[in-house]
Amino acid sequence: MMRSKADEEEYWHSSKFKAFTFEDEDDELSRLKESKQAVNSIRQLVEEDDDDDDDDTEKVSWSGEPVGSISWSIKEMAGSNQKIDREPAFPRIPTEPSTLNKSHSGLSLSSLFRGKAKSENFQSFSDAFSDSVRIYAPELRKPKSEYKDYVCDWSPEETVQRLLQGKAVSLEKFRSLQDKLLLLDFAVAAHDGNVITAVLIYLKRSLRKEVLFRELQSRQTALRHFIHYLTESREQKLLLELLRALGRTEDMALLQYKEHLSITDENNKRDFLKSCLSLPFSAEDSAHVQDHYTLLERQIIVEVRNPFRSGLHWSTGCLMLRSCCQAADRQAERGGKVEIYQRFPRKASILNMPLITTLYYCCFYHYGEPEGTFSSPLNVRRTFKISEKQYFVTALAARAKLKAWSDVDALFTGRNWLGFTRKKSPLSFHRVVDVLQRNSAPTQVLQDYVALIDDAELRISLAQKLKCHDIVISTFRDMKDRQMLVAYRGKVEPGSAPERKIDDLLNNQQIRWKN
Amino acid sequence: MAAHLSYGKVNLNILREAARKDLREFLDKCAGSKAIVWDEYLTGPFGLIAQYSLLKEHEVEKMFTLKSGKLPNADVKNIIFFVRPRLELMDIIAKNVQSEDRLHSSRDFHILFVPRRSMLCEQRLKDQGVLGSFINMDEYILDLIPYDGDLLSMEYESAFRECYLENDQTSLYHTAKGLMTLQALYGTIPQIYGKGDCARHVANMMLRMKREFAGIQNQILPVFDTLLLLDRNVDLLTPLATQLTYEGLIDEIYGINNGYVKLPPEKFAQMKQGEASKDPPTEPKKLQLNSAEELYAEIRDKNFNAVGAALSKKAKIISAAFEERHNAKTVGEIKQFVSQLPHMQAARSSLANHTSIAELVKDITTSEAFFDSLTVEQEFMTGVDTDKVNTYIEDCIAQKDPLIKILRLVCMQSVCNNGLKQKVLDYYKREILQTYGYEHILTLHNLEKVGLLKPQTSSRNNYPTIRKTLKLWMEDANEQNPNDISYVYSGYAPLSIRLTQVLARPGWRSIEEVLKMLPGPHFEERQQLPSGLHKKRQQGENRTTLVFFLGGVTYAEISALRFLSQMEDSGMEYIIATTKLINGTTWIKTLMEGISWSPK
Repeated sequence: MMRSKADEEEYWHSSKFKAFTFEDEDDELSRLKESKQAVNSIRQLVEEDDDDDDDDTEKVSWSGEPVGSISWSIKEMAGSNQKIDREPAFPRIPTEPSTLNKSHSGLSLSSLFRGKAKSENFQSFSDAFSDSVRIYAPELRKPKSEYKDYVCDWSPEETVQRLLQGKAVSLEKFRSLQDKLLLLDFAVAAHDGNVITAVLIYLKRSLRKEVLFRELQSRQTALRHFIHYLTESREQKLLLELLRALGRTEDMALLQYKEHLSITDENNKRDFLKSCLSLPFSAEDSAHVQDHYTLLERQIIVEVRNPFRSGLHWSTGCLMLRSCCQAADRQAERGGKVEIYQRFPRKASILNMPLITTLYYCCFYHYGEPEGTFSSPLNVRRTFKISEKQYFVTALAARAKLKAWSDVDALFTGRNWLGFTRKKSPLSFHRVVDVLQRNSAPTQVLQDYVALIDDAELRISLAQKLKCHDIVISTFRDMKDRQMLVAYRGKVEPGSAPERKIDDLLNNQQIRWKN
Repeated sequence: MAAHLSYGKVNLNILREAARKDLREFLDKCAGSKAIVWDEYLTGPFGLIAQYSLLKEHEVEKMFTLKSGKLPNADVKNIIFFVRPRLELMDIIAKNVQSEDRLHSSRDFHILFVPRRSMLCEQRLKDQGVLGSFINMDEYILDLIPYDGDLLSMEYESAFRECYLENDQTSLYHTAKGLMTLQALYGTIPQIYGKGDCARHVANMMLRMKREFAGIQNQILPVFDTLLLLDRNVDLLTPLATQLTYEGLIDEIYGINNGYVKLPPEKFAQMKQGEASKDPPTEPKKLQLNSAEELYAEIRDKNFNAVGAALSKKAKIISAAFEERHNAKTVGEIKQFVSQLPHMQAARSSLANHTSIAELVKDITTSEAFFDSLTVEQEFMTGVDTDKVNTYIEDCIAQKDPLIKILRLVCMQSVCNNGLKQKVLDYYKREILQTYGYEHILTLHNLEKVGLLKPQTSSRNNYPTIRKTLKLWMEDANEQNPNDISYVYSGYAPLSIRLTQVLARPGWRSIEEVLKMLPGPHFEERQQLPSGLHKKRQQGENRTTLVFFLGGVTYAEISALRFLSQMEDSGMEYIIATTKLINGTTWIKTLMEGISWSPK
């Protein structure tokens, strides 16, 4: 407080805000700085007043909840649950500006619809605001149907009306199919899902399902509500029957498949997915579901089960594991004997991870394995028909992360044919550089790939950003752009190799500069 | 507290007061001390209606969040559950009640369903054997919540999903009920226009409900001249695009929930200079955003590129105001200055907050990723290369960008191309499933069902025709001093708002062809007014239209409507109502399977 007092002093005596200057800048956003400066320079003056809250400013706790708001109060109470008598710490509950009270109409929403005004509530306001009350006086009326409240023999239509009004009503007296269907049709016409559901619950209880299914076929809205109801109340079996009866086999298949989301045990989930394979999916989905099953099965093998494990001793180490069989990775990691798991402990188990994540994992932990093993990246790629590009990006990222630059190199050169050593990539080289850079590749590695970018402008801008001086320099040389080269000389370190190289070029009489 | 609700052309505070009145009445029905157990989701919407003080006046002594297990101790006579009618909540309530009975038998149980009672839920309570434990079951009809001076929201998050995916029209019923309430308070709306199947349903229900009250006329002079009902699926494109207004961007980046936003605290830490020794706060900073804040009301609807200038202008004004102290010579003048201090202080802190927020937003909007993604969006909206696999989307998938971002872009491409070529669609699907997991088959199916993603059926792509006729793309959108609604998306004029604009002038008859290309019927209905209630319009008096977005509306669309209201020659004021305020992300989330999308 003392400090801010002093600052305030200074403020009052200084003649102008020093920090605050106005300049017409083109970039509108840069003006944010101005307002920020202004805010800063004004701050000290008003800081002092902060404790002394004014009545018309809402008090807000640091978390932003207005003090006294419902959610704030709940939190407060959670903290001081035991002491009931203690006055909860509500510093000051903001009061409403008095002018607002004018809008008290003395009428509530529900009374509008119940068709009665609470006259006793009027009293307190009527003196002062009798004018406004008249303006807001609603239509006091009753729906026609309400006059029949005391008659017990309601028609299907009247019954639906009563349901709409939330009144108790018995559906049991509608015995004939015709009456029941009338009931349903009126409910549908009223569009209230709640009422439609109520009628459907009754129909479900009182009709054979063959009959119900048949009648629902010609009543699409009711049908949809019924499906929704069965879904909500998790009556899976009946729902599947219904969809089958309707011939909506694809929906049925998807619905069944959806169940897997709630299965947590991986073995159960795998078995469940296997049972889904025979469901009537569309050809396209069928392939996806098959892949889903195959993937989980594969993950379980890689993660926990080792079909060839008997007779193999873990201490034989990395080499043995890599070459002989699939490692059960969970155990390999726990055993602590395999180096890579110590250097890069696994963040999570591979179970239930997406395919590409699994591929990345395999490229990371099982890269050199022969294609015959389940955990080999090549095997994963072939089994799931992963596109060349996807495979390439994933392998690149994984090997770069491990700083296995020779593997990275091999990804490109390994793809050539007839001994042709030019690097080829299914991915544009600037994306390659992007991936490498994100995995913090050193400049030496980066520049090899920056150099391969076709577009000269893109190449230069990336090379400058990544400080690949040689590339910048040779590109300017190729472009015969002397001026740019001179300009770039200022950006490299004095006395460095790149500077010498630039000087050599600038002194070279052979080059015909364009400028 | 809610003064900002009464600033607008229509005093929405009347609605709020009516809702508060209803709440008091319910509380008084349960005589004696009480504790409320809240469905946490409801505390947000209720916060727009009432504060704890109101509840306390009516003997609410304790409040808890609904949780499984035993209810906390509280020496009260009544326990009231405030819940949405959802089955999973009924199960929790049943557990609460069951574990209670053995220990305490003197407490009475009540349930208040918001916004409606549900047979399904009561059935569930009955199945669980606890229905008899409740003394009282009631409903609190909170259909339309006043959200701001010109904005009403039902805060009904699942409305779009229910209507278009599950074909459950319950939310439409609530909409119609809400509109009836509104008419009871603000007079019968003489003219109803609509576009879309849901709009048609709502209008039908309204007309039918009105017939039920036949015989008794509403004697209130109508405040609204026109109601326009718009289905969200008439314009699937707009929510997919990144909003570029200030408020829209805050929502896109941080998410505005029930009028509040949570922000990373770092930029606000300096605010507490007085307590410099304290550790910087780690809890997010929560701010309320509405037009009660003068500065926010001024800048919320601006294109973000114009916000810097506006803040700087405001800074000058505030600085100048503080400068005034030098001119204050006499005691009277100083007194005058001091009396203005609280206001200036509020303005100062508001400026500080928004400068910080603008900085946060700017960090995002100036990033390369934001720019790239926006470029692709704009290409799609202008119809560039929408028929082939987009390399940017491909790259984003390869980088494992958030799935929702991918879905937004792919859906946008599909909408702008009137469906994707089967080959392209299959390619995207495959890449998505391989990268994000096969379980998303379900989500992709949902997106297809609601029409956001689809294979091209006819070879004719009608999007370019729609774009040209409705002028959905404006080449030189003026972000600083806009002259057209397209400024809210820096070039793209939201389709929904163009429809609204054309309806006001020159009328929908001029765009019959385009209306036929968009899904669902378009219609006009008239509601008879008792003679004597026909408005005698003053010369130059604006007409008022209530635009109701069924299935959600974005902040940028609201900004566009506010812009139209403010145009000098528009002659129209717009009030906006919706089932829920949405953006592309929150919207797509409600359509996904296997993730929980209701905010906890």
